[in-house]
Parts: sequence; structure tokens; C-alpha cells
Amino acid sequence: MDFYLGLLQIIGVHTLLGLSAYCVLLTGQVSLAQAGFFAVGAYVAGMLTVLAAWPLILALAVSAIAGGAIACAVGFPALRVKGLMLVVATVAFGEAVRLFFFNFDYQVAHGDIRIGPHGGEGFRQIRYFPEHGWTTLDVALFIWTAVALVMAALWWMDRSRAGAVLRAVGEDEIAAQSSGINITAVKVAAMTIGGVIAGLGGGIFAHYTTHIEHVQFGVVLATFAIAYPILGGLSNVFGTLLAVIFIQGFLLEGLRFLGDWRNLLFGGLIVLAMNLRPRGLLDAGSTIALKRLFFKTKE
Amino acid sequence: MLELSGLTKHFGGVRAVDGIDLTVAQGEILGLIGPNGSGKSTIVNLICGLFPLTAGRVLFRDANISDLPPHARVALGIARTFQNIRLFGQLTVWQNLWVAQNSGEQRHKERFLTRWFGGSRRARDEIDRTLEFFDLAHKRDELATNLAFGEQRRLEFARALAAKPSLILLDEPAAGMNAEEIDQLDDRIRKLRQDGITILLIEHHMELVMSIADRIAVLNFGQKIAEGTPAEIQANPTVRQAYLGTAAAA
Repeated sequence: MDFYLGLLQIIGVHTLLGLSAYCVLLTGQVSLAQAGFFAVGAYVAGMLTVLAAWPLILALAVSAIAGGAIACAVGFPALRVKGLMLVVATVAFGEAVRLFFFNFDYQVAHGDIRIGPHGGEGFRQIRYFPEHGWTTLDVALFIWTAVALVMAALWWMDRSRAGAVLRAVGEDEIAAQSSGINITAVKVAAMTIGGVIAGLGGGIFAHYTTHIEHVQFGVVLATFAIAYPILGGLSNVFGTLLAVIFIQGFLLEGLRFLGDWRNLLFGGLIVLAMNLRPRGLLDAGSTIALKRLFFKTKE
Repeated sequence: MLELSGLTKHFGGVRAVDGIDLTVAQGEILGLIGPNGSGKSTIVNLICGLFPLTAGRVLFRDANISDLPPHARVALGIARTFQNIRLFGQLTVWQNLWVAQNSGEQRHKERFLTRWFGGSRRARDEIDRTLEFFDLAHKRDELATNLAFGEQRRLEFARALAAKPSLILLDEPAAGMNAEEIDQLDDRIRKLRQDGITILLIEHHMELVMSIADRIAVLNFGQKIAEGTPAEIQANPTVRQAYLGTAAAA
């Protein structure tokens, strides 16, 4: 049972990470900086609960704000470039964040042990959940409440004018500008929203793993972040969720019995999935089909 | 209303637009014609601010807007269509207009949350009316990419109008349309003029330009070679030679 709860937790946290990239992708920007915002959120939230003994909710709120603030600050210079150049710029940012935490040493004595981030050794003993008597089930429920709230907020945003504007910028920047949209402001706003979600996800991640270190926040994580919404399709937030379940639940865990063959199959299956469904697992067509299935429409 | 003075744009060694002086008066329809590559679309792009000027100025309502970014010019009341249709294909017809509904007037009247997330009753009605005017109301929930060509042209025109412009730049709106569609376009442009909207019309379709333009300016190789009423332009020998070629004399 704990195995499945653990898997649920991973899927929940990675969904937040994927959704943060989803926001940015809507505006047509490929950002590999999401893992960096995620790392910032993880360290900020961890330090607040461990070193400052803050309540978790407050710490997560601050980690989300920190992620958003950094994303906004990075967004202004980074979004002046696009395409491949933006990928390079955001990878560089992500690596800079990772290396910062590789060198970040801020430990304080706590009784007879020292706690806090300790450079390359990482940040251990983020024991908020066990110290407060949360069971694995509690933690899983907590994570999924956060995921549900974020998904609901994004779902609502998607259907508002703001969502249409984000997608318009993603489709055609020149047409968007000529329709009176300040595309720089829109892109930075999307990046900031993505940063908030990544910061929140990172904060949660730090607490359920209890031990974070710089290697977890490298390019691989950034690639996963962007892979989820691309694989899932950008028609709505459920595509990203579906892609996380597909990759984390099916490819990584479900195929574990294959041993070494898993890694080979992993890449192959993603390529296959993208070829079979070039607009994502959950594209506009399948969304409409699902709607017809569940809601009897007038047509 | 719009005044271009010494407008110049060089792309490397190519003088796409070379010292154009042109004035569009409030409420008029100015036709802009010229052979392919004579700089018509570049002028529209310069008025909209899609790329910086090499030299010269763009004045709109006596204010120098030469350095404003494109979205700020739309907010002042300049909207456009594109020669090659540029719609938001994966958005619905309705959403295409919703996105553009961001003009100066609305910006001040509506609160941030209403403007970005809700959309007031009045704003929604306006979109519905615009779609009605362009005979697109029955397509409101279709994705723009699924529309027929003529409908896409109309939608682009409608989207430009949704920004509530006082000056609208139409870049070959009749291209690829059949006779009936051109008639309807003619009617719509006249109707907009009655509503007080100033129009700069770039068009190859001579019949349309000659019938609705109040004045016509002719470009060749980035320079203005003639300007006058449709009758004057038709009689102008320089224009006949440069634009219509010798065959037209027959």
C-alpha cells in the first residue's frame, strides 16, 4: 500500500512541475528553468520549516512566492530571446541555481546535530511530516489537494480571456502584438505563474523526500518538466496529468520488471506516443470525444 | 489623422520605403496601390511598429508614435489586417475577437479582473455584434483554423475591429475572394466609414479601390509617384506606365 501512496506522491509533485512548464509553453516558450524554480522552492520551504520552525502552509506560500519572484526576474532578460536561444539561456539559469545549492552551506547547531543545507551533501532531515505525525496517506492527500487546487485554478484561467491571450501569444506573436497585446508582459506573467507553481511543487517535494540535494534539480528534471505538457498536449491541464501518470506510473514503475530493458523501452515508448499522437496524449479531438461520452450534449 | 513624413526603411541595401510623405485625413478611405514589392506592406508594418524606422516619422493625431511598440499603437486606435492571414488558429472564432478586445477605452473602463478573467456583458455583446456584422455568428465556436478562406479573411477583419480602432489598415483584404465576397467587403468598408472609422486600403483589386477610395496614392520602388482622386489616378500617364504597364493602354 505504501508503495502506491509513494507513487501517488511522486505523480502529484511531478504534476505540479509539469503544470509550471505548461503555463510557459502556452505562450510558445520552451523553458528549461522550471527545475531551477523548483529547487529554489524546495530549499526555501525546507529551510523555513527546519531552521525557522515555520508552519508548513506558510513555508509553502513563501516558497511559491520565491519561485514566482525569481521566475519574474529571470523572465525579463530571458524572454528577450526565443526558440533555441531561450532553451540555452534557461538551461544556464537552471545550472546556475543547481551549482549555487551545490555550494550553499548554511548549517546551525540543533542540540547535538547540525541541520540545514550542507553544500554537496545536500539538505537532510527535513522532517516536518514525521515530526508532526503525518502518515503517508495524510501526505498523499495533502499533495493531491494542492494539485487539485492548482489544476482548478489553471483550468479556470484557461477558459478566461487570460488563457486565450496566452495561447494567442503562443500561436503568433506578430498577430498578438498587432491585436494590442503586450507580448513581453504576457510572457513574463506566464513565466511568473509557472515559477509560483514550480516553487510550490519544490516546497512539497522537499518535505516528502525529507532529503534534497543539488543533483536532483539538474537538466534531467528540467527535461521531464517540459516533457509532461508536450507529451500530454496543451489543450488542457489534464493532458499534463495524464503524461505524468504515463511516464512516472507506467514507464518508470510499471515496467520495472523489465530490468535493464526498461530504459531502452522508456525512450522508445515516448517516441512512439509522440508519433501516434503528435498533438499530445490528450488533444483537442479526444477532449471533445470525452466530453461527448460523459456529458450528453445537445448535438 | 495619420501623417507619415519622410518615412524610410532600408533592409540592408534595399530601399523598401524611401522617403514617403503621406497624410490620411479623418474619416476618409485612402487607397494605396502599386506593383508587387513597391513597399505597400512595409508601410503598414512601419505604421504598426513591427520594425524600427530607418528615418522619418509617424504622426498619429499629431503625436509622434514612431518609437511606440506595436501594442501601444493599437491602444491608441490603430488596427490592421495582414496580407497573409494571421489568425490564432487553435482559438475559436469568438476567442480570436476576445483576445483583441483590449483597446484604450476598455482598458480604462474595466477593472483588471474583469478585463482579463471575466469579460463584461457589454464587451461580450460587442463581440457578438461584430461577428454578426461579418456574418460569422454561426461559426463562433469553430476553431479559426477550420474556417474557409473567405471566412478567415472576414474573421481577421473582425478581429481588427474588435480592438475598436479609429484607423484601420487593410492589407489586401480582397485577395483570393470571389466577386460576391468582394461586393460584401465593399459594403462593409463603406459601413465602417459611415461609423467614422478612417481606412487605409492596400489593394490590387482595382475595381474595388477605384469605387470606394476617396483618394489614392501610388507607390513604385518605395517612392510615391502619384496621389489624387481615383479619376486623376486613372488618367495619370506615369501611373499607367509604372503600374499598369503598356498593355493597359490598349
